[in-house]
Amino acid sequence: MSGIALLSFEFKESMMIALRALRANKIRAILTMLGIFIGVTVVVLMTTAIKGIDNSFQQGISALGSDVLYIDKWTWFSNTPWWEMRNRRNITMDEFEKFKSLAKLPIAIAPTLDTRQTVKYQQRTVESVSVDGSDANYIQTTNLNFDEGRFYSEVEAKSSRNVCILGSQVAKDLFPHGNGLGKNVKIGAVNFKVIGILAEQGSFLLGSFNPDQRVYIPIGTVFKYFSGHRTRSITINVRAANTAAMEDTKAEAEGIMRKVRGLTYDQKDDFGLNQQEGLIDTFNKTVGVIQIAGLFITGLSLFVGAIGIMNIMFVSVKERTKEIGLRKAIGAKRRTILTQFLLESSFICMVGGIAGLIAAILLSFLVNQFIRTSVQYDAVVIAIVVSLITGLVSGFAPAYTAAKMDPVEALRFE
Amino acid sequence: MNIINIEHIAKVYQVGSEEVHAIRDISLKIDKNEYVAIMGPSGSGKSTLMNMLGCLDTPTSGKYDFTGVSVSQMSDNELAKIRNKEIGFVFQTFNLLSRSDALHNVELPLIYAGIPAHERRERAEQALMDVGLKDRMHHKPNELSGGQRQRVAIARALVTKPSIILADEPTGNLDSKTGEEIMILFNEIYEKGNTIILVTHEEYIAEHAARIIRIKDGLIESDAPVANRYIPKLRAEVN
Repeated sequence: MSGIALLSFEFKESMMIALRALRANKIRAILTMLGIFIGVTVVVLMTTAIKGIDNSFQQGISALGSDVLYIDKWTWFSNTPWWEMRNRRNITMDEFEKFKSLAKLPIAIAPTLDTRQTVKYQQRTVESVSVDGSDANYIQTTNLNFDEGRFYSEVEAKSSRNVCILGSQVAKDLFPHGNGLGKNVKIGAVNFKVIGILAEQGSFLLGSFNPDQRVYIPIGTVFKYFSGHRTRSITINVRAANTAAMEDTKAEAEGIMRKVRGLTYDQKDDFGLNQQEGLIDTFNKTVGVIQIAGLFITGLSLFVGAIGIMNIMFVSVKERTKEIGLRKAIGAKRRTILTQFLLESSFICMVGGIAGLIAAILLSFLVNQFIRTSVQYDAVVIAIVVSLITGLVSGFAPAYTAAKMDPVEALRFE
Repeated sequence: MNIINIEHIAKVYQVGSEEVHAIRDISLKIDKNEYVAIMGPSGSGKSTLMNMLGCLDTPTSGKYDFTGVSVSQMSDNELAKIRNKEIGFVFQTFNLLSRSDALHNVELPLIYAGIPAHERRERAEQALMDVGLKDRMHHKPNELSGGQRQRVAIARALVTKPSIILADEPTGNLDSKTGEEIMILFNEIYEKGNTIILVTHEEYIAEHAARIIRIKDGLIESDAPVANRYIPKLRAEVN
């Protein structure tokens, strides 16, 4: 036989021997597999869950628009001390109008001002809803889309009509059976007519940023019913032509705001130019930490499984000392014995790993009910490779012990 | 040609700080189709000599040629190959794989010899038939009597058509009647032209062989043909 043919023959025969040994000790093999099974299941589920959180966030963030700049009194993610930001001037509607007349690059500009209100329809109430006031251009600064109805028009915005658009979650809470369009809801103590209901957009991860949990009304009505002109600072949403134009748009916006505010060259910006990037960065850092911690903890369970395998393989080698002696006496080479035991441990790991993978895939359907996710292709590959490596590594020491046994000593073993 | 040619071998074990001379100086030749019994009390070096003859161990010094090939300096893997192809072991405790049936037990050395499955099966079946176990091929050791188990072990030793059969106290775990049946089988094997080396401490068993080598204190005490060789016959079954 040629070298390769001989190797494949030996491999096949060792596999058969390993399978016989496992069949002979079914319960033990299954219990050992259980360790790897649980390890692989939790590792795969963990990756899947993290991926789900990530998906959900990315999806939510894209509903907000990734090419939007938020000019705000506050800089969202910075090291500027909060008291310094608190002492900044409020951004006013006048400043917004000036800014709008000077800006050339943005494709849409809209002022926003939000307020927390209770929203009611008949007996149903949703507490503490973020109610956003803006103008008709607002819709162009977002990627929101509608389930039914429409956004308010320029006329409705300018004349501060009592009209509102409900986020999908708010709509569901107030109108569990649908038919919300055209009804009058109470925001605070004021009646607003529902002219639009948004499609489901977002993600629980965005919290109150989530469009699903918001209500949109003309900004004039916010000032009129919920807030005085001077008391609160507005945010100016500025949408760039595309993400590539973001930097230029940002530079222009900064220049215009400084001009509107009459800042001299040696004065710092007294406003924040915010982007979702800041949010994304913070999120990625958080997810990174969760990922490392999660994989460490779940990896530990896999490690415990590996120790279990090593332990069982050592016991198995000890128990079969005489058998190993016989096999060597009748012509098994070291390599053959090594292969036999390595195959045995890898087989336990592979079966445990694949079963764990299947369990993880089934469980991920359950997880999918809460976070949209699916088992990743790379997680599948990693799970299989990891369980194979676990088998080889944890099986090596016992297998090596078996392979280097002296046949004379081994045969004498009782 | 001699199958076995040993010249001045010695084996020294290191036990703690003490040197144990298991074999001091032994030279012997064994020809093809000899039936040799090796005898000696425990501690005589008999087992060490058997391990040496079976290529399970190598001598500390001296020369050992097996079928004309020097084995005294061979590596573990080379020795494994020689054992597989040239030596058929029969042990006192049978040493069968308890969870495998008779057929698989007999196939085992052929697996290590790299023989394809169908040929293995044929040869193992033939070997089992030769020892009279045609109807017991798919029985596991615990479903067989002691004598039948030893027959499986003999079939396993014969299946590779080895140059020598090395039997270590093959009747030690059997009652005298079953033991004698096994000795009849060995005699048949011998008469077919095989070479048998029998290690025993029972005079009665040793006399089945054609030559007896007595070992004492790591040396050969005597090496002589058996004058009145006992040839076992199948006793008529009492019915």
